[in-house]
Amino acid sequence: MSDLHTVNKSPFEKNSLDSCLRFSKAGSAILLYEDGVYGALKGTAVENLIASAVGDKKVYVLGPDFKARGLADDRMIDGVEVVDYAGFVDLVEANDKVQAWV
Amino acid sequence: MSDTKNFMFLNRRAPYGTIYAWESLEVVLIAAAFEQNVSLMFVDDGVYELTKSQDTAGIGMKNFSPTYRTLGDYEVRHMYVDKASLEARGLTADDLVQVEWEDWETEESVDNIVEVVDSERVAELLEESDVVFSF
Repeated sequence: MSDLHTVNKSPFEKNSLDSCLRFSKAGSAILLYEDGVYGALKGTAVENLIASAVGDKKVYVLGPDFKARGLADDRMIDGVEVVDYAGFVDLVEANDKVQAWV
Repeated sequence: MSDTKNFMFLNRRAPYGTIYAWESLEVVLIAAAFEQNVSLMFVDDGVYELTKSQDTAGIGMKNFSPTYRTLGDYEVRHMYVDKASLEARGLTADDLVQVEWEDWETEESVDNIVEVVDSERVAELLEESDVVFSF
């Protein structure tokens, strides 16, 4: 079993995503929600953070938050999976615990 | 001294995650109602406020992005967007809402008052303003 790490801050405003990726182990699940979803967008200055994480960690984005911000799914970094609220609950249930990077 | 000042609203936060963007819009509408010269500046995560196709049905929050498109009707004449902030976020002017403006008396009109400018111009515009409101 492994942990679910959550990030809800913009990677351009805080280093939450950076720290999350530095201090989470391979095999972890990472869920981006609220302003954290901006980290999953292709073609940004921080694209490499998530693009290089999807190899050994499973990265998820909360779809409703992505959609609320006017971002289309086809602009999401390859390998990132979209989940809904029920999927969020499933992730919480499937992992040992939740660690929030606020 | 003139009673009219040049107000600049400096927006640096993404919408929805915090209340800043919405609060800024509220104050913009108030300032415009008092017949001040109101301009808006979007830098850093503030550029996300203007993305097209925002759909908040799934998060149970009010979608306030259509309000930006009405600002021309409140005599907001300028909305500036920092080019470097857009580029760092993988966005272009095509990703942003367009805001029409029309002068009721002269019938002068502008198709889109959203203007992408470079950082040097941002600095000039901020310095030229009488008051800068930061959000």
